[in-house]
Amino acid sequence: MSNQAAVIESTVRDPLILGKKDYHQITEDICRPVEGKANKYWWIAFIIAFTTMIWGILCLAYTIGNGIGSWGLNKTVGWAWDITNFVWWIGIGHAGTLISAILLLFRQRWRMSINRSAEAMTIFAVICAGLFPVFHTGRPWLDYWMLPLPNQFGSLWVNFNSPLLWDVFAISTYFSVSLVFWYLGLIPDLATIRDRCVTPTRKFIYGLLAFGWKGTARDWLRFEEVSLVLAGLSTPLVLSVHTIVSFDFATSIVPGWHTTIFPPYFVAGAIFSGFAMVLTLMIIARKVLSLEQYITIQHIELMNKIIILTGSIVGVAYLTEFFMAWYSGVQYESYAFMNRAFGPYWWAYWSMMTCNVITPQLFWVKKIRTSVLATFIISIFVNIGMWFERFVIIVTSIHRDYLPSSWTMYSPTFIEVGIFVGTIGLFFTCFLVFARVFPVIALNELKTILKKTGNQYKKKGTY
Amino acid sequence: MSKTYWKGVEELRNDAEFVRLKNNEFPEHLPLDEVLGEKAADITTTPRRDFLKFLGFSVAAASLAACEAPVRKTIPYLVKPEQVTPGVADWYASTYFDGYDYSSILVKTREGRPIKIEGNVLSGVTKGGVNARVQASVLSLYDSARLKNPVADGGPSTWANVDGAIKSKLDELAAKKGNIRILSSTIISPSTRSIIKEFASKYPTTKHITYDAVSCSAMLQANKESFGVEAIPSYNFDKANVIVAFDCDFLVNWISPIEHSRLYAETRKLNNGKKEMSRHIQFESALSLTGSNADKRIGIKPSMQGAAIANLYNAVAKLAGVSTVNAASVGENQKDIEATAKELWENKGKSVVVCGINHVAIQNLVNGMNSLLGNYGTTVDLDNPCMLRQGNDAELASLMDEMNKGEVAALFIYNSNPVYTLSNSFAEALKKVSLSVSFSDRADETASQCKFICPDHHQLESWGDAEPKKDQYSLTQPTIAPLFSTRQFQESLLVWSGNAITNYHDYLKSYWKEFFFKNAPLSIATEDHWNKLLQSGVFGGALMPAKNYQSSANLNTSADAVSKMSGSGIEMVVYEKTGIGNGLQANNPWLQELPDPVSKVTWDNYLAVSPKDAREKGWLQGNVVQVKANGNTVKVPVFIQPGQMPGTVSLAIGYGRTKTGKVADNVGVNAYVFASMIGGNLSYSASGVEISKTTDEDHVLATTQSHHTMMGRAIVKETTLEEYIRKPNAGNEEELFAVRVGKEEVKKTAKEVNLWDDHAEGNHHWGMSIDLNSCIGCGSCVVACTAENNVAVVGKAEVIRSREMHWMRIDRYFSSDADPKEGEKGDIKKMENPSDMPKVVFQPVMCQHCAHAPCETVCPVIATSHSSEGMNQMIYNRCVGTRYCANNCPYKVRRFNWFKYSDNAKFDFNMNDDLGKMVLNPDVVVRSRGVMEKCSLCVQRIQEVKLNAKRDGRTVKDGEVKTACSQSCPTQAITFGDYKVKDSELNKMWKPEERSYHLLEELDVQPNVFYQTKVRNVEEEKHS
Repeated sequence: MSNQAAVIESTVRDPLILGKKDYHQITEDICRPVEGKANKYWWIAFIIAFTTMIWGILCLAYTIGNGIGSWGLNKTVGWAWDITNFVWWIGIGHAGTLISAILLLFRQRWRMSINRSAEAMTIFAVICAGLFPVFHTGRPWLDYWMLPLPNQFGSLWVNFNSPLLWDVFAISTYFSVSLVFWYLGLIPDLATIRDRCVTPTRKFIYGLLAFGWKGTARDWLRFEEVSLVLAGLSTPLVLSVHTIVSFDFATSIVPGWHTTIFPPYFVAGAIFSGFAMVLTLMIIARKVLSLEQYITIQHIELMNKIIILTGSIVGVAYLTEFFMAWYSGVQYESYAFMNRAFGPYWWAYWSMMTCNVITPQLFWVKKIRTSVLATFIISIFVNIGMWFERFVIIVTSIHRDYLPSSWTMYSPTFIEVGIFVGTIGLFFTCFLVFARVFPVIALNELKTILKKTGNQYKKKGTY
Repeated sequence: MSKTYWKGVEELRNDAEFVRLKNNEFPEHLPLDEVLGEKAADITTTPRRDFLKFLGFSVAAASLAACEAPVRKTIPYLVKPEQVTPGVADWYASTYFDGYDYSSILVKTREGRPIKIEGNVLSGVTKGGVNARVQASVLSLYDSARLKNPVADGGPSTWANVDGAIKSKLDELAAKKGNIRILSSTIISPSTRSIIKEFASKYPTTKHITYDAVSCSAMLQANKESFGVEAIPSYNFDKANVIVAFDCDFLVNWISPIEHSRLYAETRKLNNGKKEMSRHIQFESALSLTGSNADKRIGIKPSMQGAAIANLYNAVAKLAGVSTVNAASVGENQKDIEATAKELWENKGKSVVVCGINHVAIQNLVNGMNSLLGNYGTTVDLDNPCMLRQGNDAELASLMDEMNKGEVAALFIYNSNPVYTLSNSFAEALKKVSLSVSFSDRADETASQCKFICPDHHQLESWGDAEPKKDQYSLTQPTIAPLFSTRQFQESLLVWSGNAITNYHDYLKSYWKEFFFKNAPLSIATEDHWNKLLQSGVFGGALMPAKNYQSSANLNTSADAVSKMSGSGIEMVVYEKTGIGNGLQANNPWLQELPDPVSKVTWDNYLAVSPKDAREKGWLQGNVVQVKANGNTVKVPVFIQPGQMPGTVSLAIGYGRTKTGKVADNVGVNAYVFASMIGGNLSYSASGVEISKTTDEDHVLATTQSHHTMMGRAIVKETTLEEYIRKPNAGNEEELFAVRVGKEEVKKTAKEVNLWDDHAEGNHHWGMSIDLNSCIGCGSCVVACTAENNVAVVGKAEVIRSREMHWMRIDRYFSSDADPKEGEKGDIKKMENPSDMPKVVFQPVMCQHCAHAPCETVCPVIATSHSSEGMNQMIYNRCVGTRYCANNCPYKVRRFNWFKYSDNAKFDFNMNDDLGKMVLNPDVVVRSRGVMEKCSLCVQRIQEVKLNAKRDGRTVKDGEVKTACSQSCPTQAITFGDYKVKDSELNKMWKPEERSYHLLEELDVQPNVFYQTKVRNVEEEKHS
């Protein structure tokens, strides 16, 4: 920065965007993936993701055709991979809204490079998550009975006591608010693309999608107001969705589920896993789409700091659970936790502990948290660890509960694994398509943080 | 005068228009004529608005019609049979005896189909008891493997052809004086015996040989030697204070188990303040169900049983002051034997020694012991002998001899499958018989090698009579017209012997009329009398007074014979399983899926080995080993069975069928090959067994319970008799919890603390009591529940995945050496391991119908809800199948329909063919795929009784409703009733300050089912 002495910029903070971009360059950089042809890597990734998704669809079709018996569940373990995957995906879906809403309210401007993809990720993750509760039921064609619809079955109504019903409300609300928020942010960028379109078809489609955005001051005023309102609406949702998901377990009487610590613990875990997934995706995206100057090491480091924080909260929660199990003096509770750590699923527990508690602590070292490769590896570890966390909570608690006569073991079938892998395929297929049709970075918003002054342009004489 | 009010100003004015309309019911013009009238068809114009209505309606109608489920028509009777009222069950008294199990039964028929078997309480022998096998036999009626017509030379034939061929052959043989032999299992039917006698008088070379696959012929022989009576006594366990059994599974398999278990339970119940119970000591090597119920169980190898009995005889003889006999040393068991002798002697005349070993000398010693103890006339009754085992092994041996020599010209095999039970030696001999006829209902191992198969009716299609005990009779009547072209064995014999009466029903009636005439008290031999007998099903004179008998056998000779018995190496016991028994009903999927009460294994037999041997030899569960004994070799999986005596192994008979039907063929291995003829009697043990590990892939055994200890949890509460006498709530002390009421901390019991509102209550509050002290774990209730509630059979592969559908299960726990004292925490890893010689407890568990049910709150669609009568109800139609309720059920009694279990080729059991479906109870829906199900407390039975009471204008009587499980329990451990009836049996059981407790009561889910602590009459604690 020493060679830019003439520019008045903050000397305390590093710039959020590197490479001395000007406004036009930003537009060019970010529109390129949308307007140009897809490269080889995109196609390879797309074909793999798409094939995996098709595989998942086939496994799902088999399940619907034959019954939930094609999974590895049994009389004692009624939920396993299905709900594990559901909670995992919902957790992943937490980062998007957190970044766009809470960070917006806190005026964390660095969010602008990542919020678009993070929000898209949220939408896709919630879609993946939603598949599981929908298709884990024995008769999915009757799932609409779980909605409080007026009906002619008499006075049949849903059970408002059931946490599963709360889930239905929580997730559908979360999904719709996230979708609106994401799409709202897209509107100015879609207009930019519309304005640059060269073929009439594209112009027509993007024109429709841009809702007639003109970029006037009035447009921007309303845009920002609505953004604030939606941010205000979404903020409690970030906390509520996983709280309610945790109620599925916390309100039950299963030792290991019946825990009041679950809501904060689940929210922290969700943010933890959401940021890990954002990192995984962003690190790939910045490489593939050449966005290194927009998603910088600084972004990665900031996210890593959030990971240390939430990872530590999760770690403390794990230990607290153990303490409470011992302190409660309840035989079943203590056994449930001893069984987690030393029972037949000890490997799942210790995988969780290693991935979630130990690896994120490496980020205390600056060299590690500013290393792209190390971050990528650790983010993968966290993703795995968080999957195991849910598996540990669900399966190790119910496989040995009150009466030892009913204790069983659980192992998945390839159908269940296929469905899970299929949702990963679906997620990446959606994300890859998203990266080709929508700008992955909020380009118009990003321009607001580019410079403090317009001196650069003056000098060039462009205006 | 009341005021007049006008409807409106028009009425006041009395307009002409108003007057016209007032007389019209519908004041406005209704376009009925246009729509319904003749003109309607003429209207060709469709206005624009109507067009859209019509379009919408027709599209909706067409699509709705397409959605509709396929219609299955029910056709009403054109002429209703007199006795059949659709929807109302008919009950018929009958008798079940298959040569193995006996019970006087009541058969429930619906629309002409028998669907359930229950016990006949009028019977003086079984007293309303049934067991799993008898109840499951209703499904065997609808077995698709049954022959549909007679078979000649392997191909289908007709009765006329078969009769012609057999008769001419018989006449030809009779002319040549060829030997004719009838081989059957025990026949307790007097009329059948008479028919055989008549057949023998027509063909004088005929001889009837009785052979029981599980034989008690040594007992018959020993009783003849000891007392000059060739009979098996009746055992009055109810009069015994001390019961000592040697290798004798008298509660579920031995001779007359249904009778035994009921009498035994009477000595174990501690209701109504009773403070005494019997003491049961079992000497055995394999852990039998009877042994699991014993107060004291002593492991003895089969070869040492004789010595143990001789030593016990000597110990008793010493106390009696009579001379002793030779006895080999039994080592450290001597102490137990002497203690046992002391207890026996202290209860002279109130004790019983029983022994299941088919060995004459041993039985002689047992007889000697019982007569020294003065048990004859009290606990052992030789004057009203039991007729259920008449097999004579010596006669069988001589038959085999004759057959091998080619001296048997014709062999008729009735209710016996010797090719299976006696293996190849019989098959070889059978080839030398020129006329072989089987009466088997299927082309089984023996029948398929016979020239003719003349399939017999199923029990439920038959007429008959039975004499289970001397002068105690029970009648059999058909409950359905024969399903196939089958004919009763008796009728076949009548036809072939050229009897004047060829209809067995007529024969039976005339036989009994004659009998009544002969017996003065029964001499009103009218048709009416006969019908009354059929209605009650049973009759019999008063029991003979039981006399005391003194053994006159030479016990020294017996003792010498016993002392010569020796065993080497590993010894094997061949035993019967509670479900499959002797293997006759192996093709019954209900029995195959019934978990063995002790091992909890379904669909298999296995080599039970002791944990110690397994550790030493490196055998693991499911390892396939090669077992060699008596010159026979089989490959069989290992099952590590706590309680198995080290150095012994055991293997169950009844499996390894090859030609009995799709359900049982090639399930397990045939253990009959290890039964051998020793000293003229079939011996069900072998010594010098060589066991070697094979390289075969491990065999997965389908168990319904893979965890065997209670982990120090108070699940089955138990105490000792002495503790119980001192303090009735011993072992069931209520735990007090600290609760804050306002600012004060008080101690309360779990039941007194309540965060929830109680449900509104109706006229009834149903509940159930389960006495863990009289439950013997036999599984009768499990089969009853399966039959009553159309519970699906899922097959071995699904049981391996822990997906059995039983609404009712019997949890079996073993004690662990590491079991901590109450309240202390133990080493959880060690607590998982049962002791090598554990104590065993059984606990039937079904839906506990919690008042504060955890399942009810979590269901998003209210598919499970609480009834005003205290029951937790499952609404199948509403269930979407989230399984949340099952996860949240602390008792894990909810069962999910993982697949479609009916009409599905993957589950090719009774619900997959129209014949098998005839057994379904029309009062209970068959659940579809994807819904949860569970025990309903037989709500359909409650409803029936309530409706009957309503029709009669009365209240429901206490005890009028019986659930399938409580009805079928041979020990009456389950009591069903109404809490709202003050002096109901249920309320009498519910004494929380005594033995009653709720399972997992600390969860405060407030179950309506409660248990009563198990009390053991244990010696150790007695003296400490």
